[in-house]
Amino acid sequence: MTATSASRAGAELSGPFSFASRTAYHVEAADVATEEPPKLTRGSAIRRVKDVVAKVVMWAAFGLALIPLAWILYTVVSNGVELLLASTWWTNSQRNINATDAGGGAVHAIQGTLIQAGVTGAISVPVGVFTAIYLVEYGRGRLARAISFMVDILSGVPSIVAALFVYAVWVTTLGFQRVGFAVCLALVLLMIPVVVRSTEEMLKLVPNELREASYALGVPKWITITKVVLPTAFSGIVTGVLLGLARVMGETAPLLILGPYTKNIATNLFDGYMPTLPTMINQDRTELGIDTAVDRMWASALTLILLVLLLNLIGRLLARRSGVRH
Amino acid sequence: MTITRSHAVIALAMTGALALGACGTDANKTSTGGSGAASTDCPTGTLKAEGSSAQKAAIEAAIKSFQTTCTGATVNYAATGSGAGIKQFIAAQVDFGGTDSALKDDEAASAATTCAAPAWHLPMVTGPVGVAYNLPSLPSLVLNADVTAKIFLGQITMWNDPALAAINPGVTLPDKKISVFFRSDDSGTTDNFTKYLKAAAGSSWTVESGKKWNGTVGEGKPQNAGVATAAKGVEGSIAYLEWSYITQNKLGLAKIDTGSGPVELTSASVGKMIETAKQKGSGNDLSLTLDYATKTPGAYPINLVTYEVVCSTYKDPAKGKLVKAFLTHFSSVETQKSLESLGYAPLPASIEAKVQTAIAAIG
Amino acid sequence: MDDRGRSTGRRADRLFSFASQGAGVTVLVLVTLVCVFLVSQAIPALARNEASFLTSREWTVGGDAPRFGILELLWTTTAASVIAMLVAVPVGVCVALFITEYAPQWLRRPAGNLVDLLAAVPSIVYGLWGLIVFRPIVRPIEDWLSSRLSWLPIFEPTGITGGTIFFIGFVLAIMILPIVTAISREVFAQTPTTHKEGALALGATKWEMIHTAVLPFGKPGVISAAMLALGRALGETIAVTFIVSTLAVGSDWTWSLFNGGETFASRIANNAAEFDSPQKTGAFIAAGLVLFILTFVVNAIARVVIERRKAFTE
Repeated sequence: MTATSASRAGAELSGPFSFASRTAYHVEAADVATEEPPKLTRGSAIRRVKDVVAKVVMWAAFGLALIPLAWILYTVVSNGVELLLASTWWTNSQRNINATDAGGGAVHAIQGTLIQAGVTGAISVPVGVFTAIYLVEYGRGRLARAISFMVDILSGVPSIVAALFVYAVWVTTLGFQRVGFAVCLALVLLMIPVVVRSTEEMLKLVPNELREASYALGVPKWITITKVVLPTAFSGIVTGVLLGLARVMGETAPLLILGPYTKNIATNLFDGYMPTLPTMINQDRTELGIDTAVDRMWASALTLILLVLLLNLIGRLLARRSGVRH
Repeated sequence: MTITRSHAVIALAMTGALALGACGTDANKTSTGGSGAASTDCPTGTLKAEGSSAQKAAIEAAIKSFQTTCTGATVNYAATGSGAGIKQFIAAQVDFGGTDSALKDDEAASAATTCAAPAWHLPMVTGPVGVAYNLPSLPSLVLNADVTAKIFLGQITMWNDPALAAINPGVTLPDKKISVFFRSDDSGTTDNFTKYLKAAAGSSWTVESGKKWNGTVGEGKPQNAGVATAAKGVEGSIAYLEWSYITQNKLGLAKIDTGSGPVELTSASVGKMIETAKQKGSGNDLSLTLDYATKTPGAYPINLVTYEVVCSTYKDPAKGKLVKAFLTHFSSVETQKSLESLGYAPLPASIEAKVQTAIAAIG
Repeated sequence: MDDRGRSTGRRADRLFSFASQGAGVTVLVLVTLVCVFLVSQAIPALARNEASFLTSREWTVGGDAPRFGILELLWTTTAASVIAMLVAVPVGVCVALFITEYAPQWLRRPAGNLVDLLAAVPSIVYGLWGLIVFRPIVRPIEDWLSSRLSWLPIFEPTGITGGTIFFIGFVLAIMILPIVTAISREVFAQTPTTHKEGALALGATKWEMIHTAVLPFGKPGVISAAMLALGRALGETIAVTFIVSTLAVGSDWTWSLFNGGETFASRIANNAAEFDSPQKTGAFIAAGLVLFILTFVVNAIARVVIERRKAFTE
């Protein structure tokens, strides 16, 4: 029961942001008995004043934190919403629409972003989930520790370094073209650690009694994992994956190096340029003196935020709906 | 139960994505009709090109009219800077590169290796580099090479410096600090601007010229756009920019005194300077030498020529055909003429004829 | 279950175990490859470098006599990240305390979600907003500081008007605030009720309860949150790339926070056009490696703090 409520609370709290879900579960109830608590002084007015000041400071901090959020959202929505409501935004590309032209849409970039996110997920989810299964269900000893350490290293790789690596291998060494798939490879490097860590946490939350009960019935380990452990942790894993995908979709650094923009619909991962929302934003950013381009830039930023939020929302709904069940 | 529900949600999301994919279209109705030459033959296929951001507006206009005429063809141009254009062309990442500076010898050699044939420079658009300033109180400003060099090297730091006052008689110059902006990335604009300073300012320009800015003061921003945005945000700023970025951002544009009086930047004054350009390369390789120190009355001295760097023979004949078709369209008299309204000067007739001969020879 | 079934079961079992081990080993090999490859690319460039890599400010990576060093990059990256931490950690901890202790019950969940929303905004949007909207707001603050406190070397006035280290630090602070808040919040929420009630029963005010029960309990969690946030700030690329102002090659060195300068990540991103020879690419990779090591050390500290605490509990 405790596991249930903890995981639920955890999943809800963890929010759109992967670091929290990655680490927070490590921190378990601790004991502070060894630390000497500061002595409480008796009833002076100073104590009351301090208490009130603290309260005010906390409220103020919260207000302060909301300012940039409200400000950013206001900027993006007020500047971008008009184009989003235009009929062509969701159906057309930017072909033959130059910086000073209005019109056209973002469908090419939306498709590119979704395709790249999809392929990135298709590669990193199996690798990540199986790695997590290994770490939780099989891994003992040196190899497991080494793999766990490597996942840590990978989670610390800045996105620009991942991009640099893929560029050096894909273009400089192998002599391939800069295509959508190269971007996916860089994104895979960034996504695998997210998937491993979140899946690991979810698998750890599956009560051992479940596994033991299954073994006691003579069920082989792999069936126990696929039929008992994974289904129990399933929605938690999906949540982790979706949050990872949301993060990867907004990633721009690898695109700057590996994914030139095109205004045309391009869905081939292995040939030609592939447009994405971040590169579309970046394209119009170079024309800040032209109103039509600036409008388009905010509109594509809003579209990107909406896509990311949509994934987050789905992830959250899943997390709220389930969690580990007995 | 839970699992089925989550499957449902995922399925829903996927369907959404697919539905979106299914109804996307490239068919945008555009206001300006194709001014494409009727004679252009229309191969189908996709070209990749990258390079100079100085020619961005020009090549985009040409691409638009080309794609309107040839609906089966697609030309992608990434305006990431001359440095990137050369690099990606040499790395065989693009079908042609755009650069504001002719290739250096070693670059030309690498490009020839990539093409397995000599690479050619085809001058396609000429664009002036303007010296932009942000002083709303000052509708007109005159600079000469010497003063410009001293400003960009931090030797003149105030707008009311006596040297500036001397060439702007009768103008009240503000008592304001000059904020210098330069390009932080490798750029053809920097290359041509510093070449001008070196040629025309003589000993006042003490640092090296080149694609990389070597000055000692100021702050760097990436690309024309970055510089223009930054300069617009700071009163008292000065920057060198490709012309269209100055007009778009409503910055002040300085007149340049070449020694025969202040010259305003106009298509005509640019054309006068470009006419004096000489061919440097041989045969169909048309790199040009510009006379930055020109004293011809009415000729604006700071110009750049954007070259499309192409293979003289393409390994893939289909690509060659498409490059040929697009460049034929781009260099045609009609297209060139339509660029004037965007702030580019048309190629002088003598050069234009040579360019067309060269394009016809691409294999 | 008959024998056949059992043996296929066992074979499948082995297969499954093999697959999961294979995935793990794939990750292991992948990361090793990344490290080996980056190092092998960086070494030849470093060997040809004629300036001191650690103490030089130059950055000429082409030609026969490349001279490049990371001093300026290191300074800008760490200074901006430290500013971000100084702003984001106190605010983030207060917000976390607000959400767990002070907010009325009905507000807690939405308040948490709102802060999480800040984390869902892609960093390219922060870059745009910083460049276009936020910059004009921060400039007067900088001017004021530099006019009042110019005797302090770090507040010395400079000619830089755009992306100062100070400004980058503030944008980064906004970006890492949700990280600090989210992790601290979860840690504070786990403070044993007995500790809190004990403090209150002894007559402590709410603030005293927090001071004596919640904060000591959450300290390691907050430290690791801060470290993870620092790791993120160090490697942030696109938002910084949009707003930095680079310095001229021959400009004078100053410790001022109102100076420009590039971070590791922005230098790499801004000059992606220059990776045209192994030597140049190697120089940028060498800079990337330093960033990689820096981030890794910071993340490792975070993890050690968490692990130590876990061990302590068990």
